[in-house]
Amino acid sequence: MKGWMGKFKSLFLLSMLALVLAGCGKENLTALVPKGYGAESSMNLIILSTVIMVFVFLIVILVYTIVLIRFRRKKGQEGYIPKQVEGSKTLETVWTIIPIILVVTLAVPTVAATFDLADESASADGINIEVTGHQYWWHFNYEEEEFATSQDLYIPVGERVYVHMLSSDVIHSFWVPSIAGKMDVNPENVNTMYLEAHEEGVYWGKCAELCGPSHSLMDFKVIAVSPEEYDQWVSDMQNADPEEEPQDAVAQDGKALFEENNCMSCHAIGSAPSAVGPDLTNFANRSRIAGYLEPTKENLVDWLMDPESLKPGNKMTGAYPALSEEEADSIAEYLLQLEHSEITPESAGGL
Amino acid sequence: MSIAATQKRGFGAFLWDYITTVDHKKIAHLYLFGGGFFFLLGGLEAMIIRIQLATPENDFISAGLYNEMITMHGTTMIFLAAMPLLLGLMNAVMPLQIGARDVAFPFLNSLGFWLFMFGGILLNFSWFMGGGAPDAGWTAYAPLSTQSPGHGVDFYVLGLQISGAGTLMGGINFLATIVTMRAPGMTYMRMPLFSWATFITSVLILFAFPALTVGLFLLMFDRMFGSAFFDVALGGNTIIWQHLFWIFAHPEVYILILPVFGVFSDITATLSKKRLFGYTAMVFATILIAFLGFMVWAHHMFTVGLGPVANSIFAIATMAIAVPTGIKIFNWLATMWGGSITINSAMLWTLGFIPSFTIGGMTGIMLASAVADYQYHDTYFVVAHFHYVIVGGTVFGIMAALHFWWPKMFGRILHEGMGKLTFWLFFVGFHLTFFVQHFLGLMGMPRRYWVFLEDQGLDTGNMVSTIGAFLMAVGVVIFLINVFYTWAKGNKAPADPWDGRSLEWAISSPPPYYNFKQTPLVRGLDPLWVEKMEGKGEITPAEPLGDIHMPNSSILPFLISLGFTIAGFGFIFQVDHSAYLILVFAGIGLALLSMLIRSLKDDHGYHIKKEELEREAD
Repeated sequence: MKGWMGKFKSLFLLSMLALVLAGCGKENLTALVPKGYGAESSMNLIILSTVIMVFVFLIVILVYTIVLIRFRRKKGQEGYIPKQVEGSKTLETVWTIIPIILVVTLAVPTVAATFDLADESASADGINIEVTGHQYWWHFNYEEEEFATSQDLYIPVGERVYVHMLSSDVIHSFWVPSIAGKMDVNPENVNTMYLEAHEEGVYWGKCAELCGPSHSLMDFKVIAVSPEEYDQWVSDMQNADPEEEPQDAVAQDGKALFEENNCMSCHAIGSAPSAVGPDLTNFANRSRIAGYLEPTKENLVDWLMDPESLKPGNKMTGAYPALSEEEADSIAEYLLQLEHSEITPESAGGL
Repeated sequence: MSIAATQKRGFGAFLWDYITTVDHKKIAHLYLFGGGFFFLLGGLEAMIIRIQLATPENDFISAGLYNEMITMHGTTMIFLAAMPLLLGLMNAVMPLQIGARDVAFPFLNSLGFWLFMFGGILLNFSWFMGGGAPDAGWTAYAPLSTQSPGHGVDFYVLGLQISGAGTLMGGINFLATIVTMRAPGMTYMRMPLFSWATFITSVLILFAFPALTVGLFLLMFDRMFGSAFFDVALGGNTIIWQHLFWIFAHPEVYILILPVFGVFSDITATLSKKRLFGYTAMVFATILIAFLGFMVWAHHMFTVGLGPVANSIFAIATMAIAVPTGIKIFNWLATMWGGSITINSAMLWTLGFIPSFTIGGMTGIMLASAVADYQYHDTYFVVAHFHYVIVGGTVFGIMAALHFWWPKMFGRILHEGMGKLTFWLFFVGFHLTFFVQHFLGLMGMPRRYWVFLEDQGLDTGNMVSTIGAFLMAVGVVIFLINVFYTWAKGNKAPADPWDGRSLEWAISSPPPYYNFKQTPLVRGLDPLWVEKMEGKGEITPAEPLGDIHMPNSSILPFLISLGFTIAGFGFIFQVDHSAYLILVFAGIGLALLSMLIRSLKDDHGYHIKKEELEREAD
């Protein structure tokens, strides 16, 4: 038995070491290094509750260890019958009262923070963005500014940005661990939460409610930039010209193919309202293709040729005629020239 | 050993005996066999999940199959493994503990088992027919579940509806048994904690399952008959499903944990040779946990957008559960304090449970803090939490109970060495698998993810988790070997191998089919211990030796369940072609006909004659 205990210890140490090596996770993804108001509120409560719970755990383990050392049946004690204790009013009162105090200690700040994070009274003065969850991508409509984008959500640092979320199909959940906790994106009612980033950067967003085969690939990014850059970006987006002809021949071909294959019936560029598929304005500056692939031309060609292999169950598969590699290449070239702003994920610090 | 004896009569007779049995001890064997089978199946699915998640962007299985795998793992483990195993233990032990000859409704008991078994089989047929297994998660949230293509979710609905009906019957049966069939002197406040837990769990089953039944019917109508309860476009509402589901499913997790609280109470007291510390507090803590269990379902829905008032109320109600649970943990420690603790396999599982479940309970309180839950919700933190309570609590408890009551149920003692090896492998594997998942969740890994991406700091943790899962699997395999070894050549068990305190240890192992030759007279808490301390060592009978009235075996429960299952297939496939309605009519017809026979045929059972019992004594 000692041997097993030893084995357990070494395994335990090994896993602890692994944890330390992994640290707190990836900096712009982990909830353990909060970079925004909501994430900080959550983190404060995570720390408070962990401290309380570790305190309780240590007491339990202390008593447990003493019990195991002192009260194991020893050799020659086979006939020994311990005193049969019915209970103890005092002790039982103690371990009823103390948990009540601990629970209240946790409950009060919990309630306060719950109401604080649900406070939308200042939303009229803040930035309001309509978020729509689709299988398996995110649409961001800057309603007051009259333009839209998809997959990359730009917000100014230090300001409260209210996101009003609705789903077009099944339930999704909007989660940017580094900036704020999550909220479900339901098909029947608009849910509102606010984001307030403290630091510039590009943050991973994840869908956190099972929504179909590609649930795990429904990533998006929140790009927090300075207020000046944000204003610049908004005006760039508003002024994006969808009719603009690309310079080189390949991209011109691509644009023609884009129109020929009726891509616009789903994908908008510039002010066009279509939102069946992701808005492609400023596509060249997307942090990722399909939410998770490196933004390279090869990946984009692969995506155009066979989206099903990259995002099972997506709605683009089969919605357009099959493309030859050459055609896909031209379209990719065109899309990667859709560069409508100087404010990019790279300028915000990169992924 | 009864199994060996019956085997000599041929396998057919043996099988017929079990299919028609109404004896609570044999039904317990059936439940353990059925639950054990599904436990292995669910475990296999878990291993496939962990292999898929061993490395980033793995493609061991496809995205669609992965969703089927997680759905079936959860559904199987909760409905078809954990609960039946617990119902099996209750069947085996509770009637003996309260001094009864059987449960109140032996026929219903058999019907409950067969409904569960057929429901489980029906559900698993989805792997082979109808376009794949259900893939909307064990929670089957609408509208993902209403829109899920193929028949997977239809199998989920019908499978759970049929097996759920069986569970409901089991609960009602246990309630009636405990209310009406306690031996003379066995007052409520003298019942062993496992019987108390059975009683309270049955109340939970009685009140929680109807919510599931309703939810499943709505889902069934939406998928099969064009209703729109969950169709937003037609004025439906998807959140209603979440409410119905969790109004059932939160009490459900207490249905899984309260019985093992009872198991641990009985084992701790027996193997510490001490009376349970604070018996009254333990009983009332159990009742309080069950009561609060109905008040907290929306803590699964903090991120749904119910608003700060609802979130706060449910947060506080949830935190309140820490108080009675804490009382239990400390009372177990106090029971051991000053005792004389024997550490065998059953006790090892009990000792492993205390720190493991404490961690699970504490993360539960952490999750109750609504704003913190905005980060935890639907991540691996939650996965870690509920595996700490369901594996660290329920599975540890089932394993403890199996090692503790195996002699009573099967007449042989499980091999100690293999028992301890199983424990250590499983215990170490369990913590390796799930502890690291708390951190994975906070590091940004949502649950139900088919793949996690490279370079997101999640690789090491997932690998550790997969290694742990393999250790658990090896532990389970060794337990299986132990079972076969014990069955073939294990040591014969005496009536009272652990110096027991409650009534089941007063009769032979395994007990005779009528349990108690004479109904026992109970003279205090821990009745057998009372008699031992007074030097008698055996229970005083409450009645003179007389004829014993016994129920007859019956094939009807099997036929009724079979009928409903055939109808289930009919309902699923009538969507494709109305010809399948024949199955609906045939199945329901068979069930109704069997019920009619049951109603019209007078079956008064039979009597074991007094002379026969006297002969046996000699």
